[in-house]
Amino acid sequence: MSEFEPRIVAFLCHWCTYTGADLAGTTRQQYPPNIRIIHLMCSGAVDTIYVLKALIDGADGVLIGGCHPGDCHYQTGNYKARRRVAIVKSILSQLGYDPERIWLRWISASEGKLFADTVTHMVEEMKRKGPNPIKKMWTV
Amino acid sequence: MKATVVEVENGDPLEALRKLLRRFLESKIVNAVLVPKALPSGAGFVQTLIKDPEMLKDAHPLAPTMPVQSARIVSNLTIGEPGGRIGAVMKSCELRAVVELAKFLQVKLDHLVTIGVDCLGTYEVKDYARAAEEKQGADSLTGQLLKGAKTGDVKPPDGIDLRLACRMCENPVPINADMTIGLFGHDASQEIEVIVADRMEADLRDKGVFELSSDESDSRKQVASQLIEQRIKTRDQVFREFKERVTDLEALMNTLSTCIRCHNCMVACPICYCKECVFRTPTFEHQSDQFLRWADRKGGIQMPTDTLIFHLTRMAHMATSCIGCGLCDSACPNGLPVTSLFRMVGHEVQSLFDYVPGRDFEETPPVTTFREDELQLETGAKD
Repeated sequence: MSEFEPRIVAFLCHWCTYTGADLAGTTRQQYPPNIRIIHLMCSGAVDTIYVLKALIDGADGVLIGGCHPGDCHYQTGNYKARRRVAIVKSILSQLGYDPERIWLRWISASEGKLFADTVTHMVEEMKRKGPNPIKKMWTV
Repeated sequence: MKATVVEVENGDPLEALRKLLRRFLESKIVNAVLVPKALPSGAGFVQTLIKDPEMLKDAHPLAPTMPVQSARIVSNLTIGEPGGRIGAVMKSCELRAVVELAKFLQVKLDHLVTIGVDCLGTYEVKDYARAAEEKQGADSLTGQLLKGAKTGDVKPPDGIDLRLACRMCENPVPINADMTIGLFGHDASQEIEVIVADRMEADLRDKGVFELSSDESDSRKQVASQLIEQRIKTRDQVFREFKERVTDLEALMNTLSTCIRCHNCMVACPICYCKECVFRTPTFEHQSDQFLRWADRKGGIQMPTDTLIFHLTRMAHMATSCIGCGLCDSACPNGLPVTSLFRMVGHEVQSLFDYVPGRDFEETPPVTTFREDELQLETGAKD
């Protein structure tokens, strides 16, 4: 049987992490092709419902990428994203679901290498965790 | 804070309270009162907006049921220009919901006078109706609870229990009210305490409604704290049992397995105020072939496919402001333990931000603010 390849849904903000991902490409950084990127204007635009939807529909991990603190194009969207992530992780962990399938990372437009490293690291971690248990539940 | 003790005549505290409300109306402290009133059928009570003092007949400020969350009504009444001052008689959870809704700009305080009542707990609407029909009699259903107010040992009559949300409520004493009807520590057949916030004092004095003679009584606080202690015990027990049962999402789905997605819990919830809820929009309306792909992947899939996401999203959206009124439990046709779930989850999420919903008008809800130096671990910082 072939090795488990996790599928990661990534919500990346336009001004920093998405551009950072772009830089990773143009500078030929290598990273595993396990992520599906969704391009948003701001990490603060990621409502928890989309994170939950991704996990319930079978993603093995969710990555949210935003600007470093102080760098948000909309001033404070990334800080609000951080609170939302903390809330949803607290809820999931209380209900016995591994909250570390959700990653929030600050990656700037100039950090192509950091983007590639983050994805590489996350894919490794999700492989170690194994498939998302929701994928086996026929009742959702 | 100043207080006064109102004497009760003929052992009837309700009549004393009606008189008080009448005086508020007649002295134009308020232009209308929102207060529970006995239904003509005798089956229960309903919040009633009263302008004519004569309509205060059968008003029941201590009504032992809560058919709807008054915070929702207060939102409707105050969001525009009501054209008069409204005195709203509310239980403490309703008042806390008002505080939360005010923060979300769904309640305007300009024309609102909040009158909190020490809450002895409420029965399910259907239980009350049944007991009232079986001639356990409305009087004994309230009276029995009132008897416990003096000592804090509040017990319903045999054969009927308070709602679980009330049995585990650690906030029976209203906070942030303009005026509070204090029952704890008093023999309600003799006297009732009225506590008045500083901002109301001058108005009441000028209009000669009553003299504010004393400070808040200590006995009220002591008696209330006994009751609170007992309720916290119940609450923690409920949390513990829930935690033992729900150890993973599969166990959660087993707990919620009879959910029919009626969304009643959401409709009843005072905190779920969005005019256009995401679950009422086509956001997750999938293409037909998507369902077959899911079924293919898992062999088969429960239809519709939105139970887990509905409950988890609701938690994520409102757990920080859940004031624990328990109307979601009351609204659920299949008796799912949604209040226990929300209270347990909410308790921890709220403590994450040291936030107590309903505690203070000035506190900002956690989802609308942040601190620069918090939650570093969430972004991968090593501890």
